[in-house]
Amino acid sequence: MKGILIKIALITVSLGIIWYTNSHLDIYNLSIVNNIGIFAILALSYNLINGVAGQFSLEPNGFVAIGAYMTAIFIIPMDTKIDMYALVDPAPVILQMQANFPIALLAGGLTSALMAFLLSVPVFRVRGDYLAIVTLGFGFIIRIFAMNSPAYTNGAMGLNDIPEFADFRWIGSITIFTFLVMIHVIYSKYGRAMKAIRDDEDAAVAMGVNTFKVKTYAFMTSAFFEGIGGGLLASFLSTIAPDQFTFLLTFYLLIIIVLGGLGSMTGTLVSAIVIGFGLEWLRFLDDNMTIFGYDTGAHPGMRMVVFSILLIITMLFARRGLFGDRELSDILKSKSSSKRKNV
Amino acid sequence: MDFSTFLQQLVNGISLGSMYALIAIGYTMVYGTLRLINFAHGDIMMVGAFFVYLASSMGLPFPLAVLAGITGSVLVGIMTDKIAYKPLREAPKISLLITAIGISFFLENLFNVLFGGVPKAFPAPEYLTTSFKLGEVILPLMVIVIPIVTVLILGGVLWVLYKTKYGMAIRALAFDIPTVKLMGVNADYIISIVFGLGSALAAVGGIFYAISYPSIDPLMGIIVGLKAFAAAVLGGIGSVTGAVLGGFILGFTEIFVVAMFPDLGGYKDAFAFFFLIFVLLLRPTGIMGEDLDRGRF
Repeated sequence: MKGILIKIALITVSLGIIWYTNSHLDIYNLSIVNNIGIFAILALSYNLINGVAGQFSLEPNGFVAIGAYMTAIFIIPMDTKIDMYALVDPAPVILQMQANFPIALLAGGLTSALMAFLLSVPVFRVRGDYLAIVTLGFGFIIRIFAMNSPAYTNGAMGLNDIPEFADFRWIGSITIFTFLVMIHVIYSKYGRAMKAIRDDEDAAVAMGVNTFKVKTYAFMTSAFFEGIGGGLLASFLSTIAPDQFTFLLTFYLLIIIVLGGLGSMTGTLVSAIVIGFGLEWLRFLDDNMTIFGYDTGAHPGMRMVVFSILLIITMLFARRGLFGDRELSDILKSKSSSKRKNV
Repeated sequence: MDFSTFLQQLVNGISLGSMYALIAIGYTMVYGTLRLINFAHGDIMMVGAFFVYLASSMGLPFPLAVLAGITGSVLVGIMTDKIAYKPLREAPKISLLITAIGISFFLENLFNVLFGGVPKAFPAPEYLTTSFKLGEVILPLMVIVIPIVTVLILGGVLWVLYKTKYGMAIRALAFDIPTVKLMGVNADYIISIVFGLGSALAAVGGIFYAISYPSIDPLMGIIVGLKAFAAAVLGGIGSVTGAVLGGFILGFTEIFVVAMFPDLGGYKDAFAFFFLIFVLLLRPTGIMGEDLDRGRF
């Protein structure tokens, strides 16, 4: 009972902070926290399949793209669509798809989840590295389809003028919701089965875990929230194009979950915040720099060099990341109990 | 499609397939020994092409520049192994994969910072870019050179693998690294040889690619590398001849599907992954592959 009360209090406080932030922060800082929120949603759901279930996959850019396009197509008004599709006339289906924002988000998430379901059949026939490469291929295929179906996606030009419904109230509360769902999943029967699969798949099978079912469940849950995150991203940016959904997006998410600890949702949250602000603070790396009186000129991409080195160093020296595969509450609990033992 | 067009496309397919094959061999050898998908392998190909560019812009004649390019990518390949992969030999496989992705991104962005993201014209000498007419078929010289060099290299790799002591050590490593170490083989040295050999082939593939599509950019290795990996899986990962076969199948498919159905041209880059998914659905060990747990070359 006490636990529930604490939870409710925490949620209320964080919702209060979100509403306050949304109305009091300036536009620049608000866009940073919005970005962090969206990346947190994506990274939390990515961590479910990668960290908790241990199925190393590289597809989030595909699911995010699906969610983004679905949501965008649903919320762009019909007249705008007719003007926007410049390459070919939009397919009739596209014009008919109209919905309000929550339903559009949900549609994006569900389409992603459906795609995950279809994909799980070929994908979970293989383990380990093969899984990584097949899912990587899936991300590529989605982008190639987005490029080559101008009647549905407006091709390489992408969709513009997406209504900006996604303010920090939406993004922040969905971030909290995603976090709560992930925590709930981790401590559920399915979550324990996922961890069992991660630690030793053969042993999990021997214990009677239906590994295919559990993996598909993890994959679909992850895809659902990635789709919703994609929808928020589309509405937040108000313009999307296939080039936004390259492997780079997955790479950012990978860095976030690796630094936070594969399998730790609290770690992912902390790491998303750190990386989000870090990307802003490290912007100076891309600009002109003067080293020993020598002007190096602008060098876009320097930030990514730093981030890839950061990823490699984390893997070499601190493989468990910030919190390992445990949640903050577990770590605090084990600390306090060890203290008690010492006394 | 008349006969001369068919012949033209056949020749194009052979040359594209050869490039995939050269890069696929490196994937398959590293996977065969370490069970690691070397994500950075496609970027090693890019590194090779860029070193040739750098060397010839410093005034080196083309053959020497090629030599410099190959040497450079061999060094980069061995260094990635020593710095990033070697400390993780005993670590879970996911850590290795993530590190490989990190290396891949590092190389791409480092070259992006050093050379800029704008595609550069590749300084191919004129005697390599000429083409001649054979009946109605126009043959660029490279289309002839590439398959011949590929076959020679394949012969060389097979000779190393099956006729030399090093090859025997490589094949033994593919079965069981700890036991091979107990036999007194310096496993790290042999693994360096594997990385060096694979990187050299990737550099050759990259140089061919750069001559055929005469521009290079820091991200050129991503798609080609992934396709070559798909080719390696198609042929049966761990099998060198399989990798070559897979490379040719992929090359032919891309050329012929686009030639016959021009509407599908935009989807060209997706074929490799459809292949990959179908192979994994129907025969996960690929065409020439044996039991995945006991890969041999």
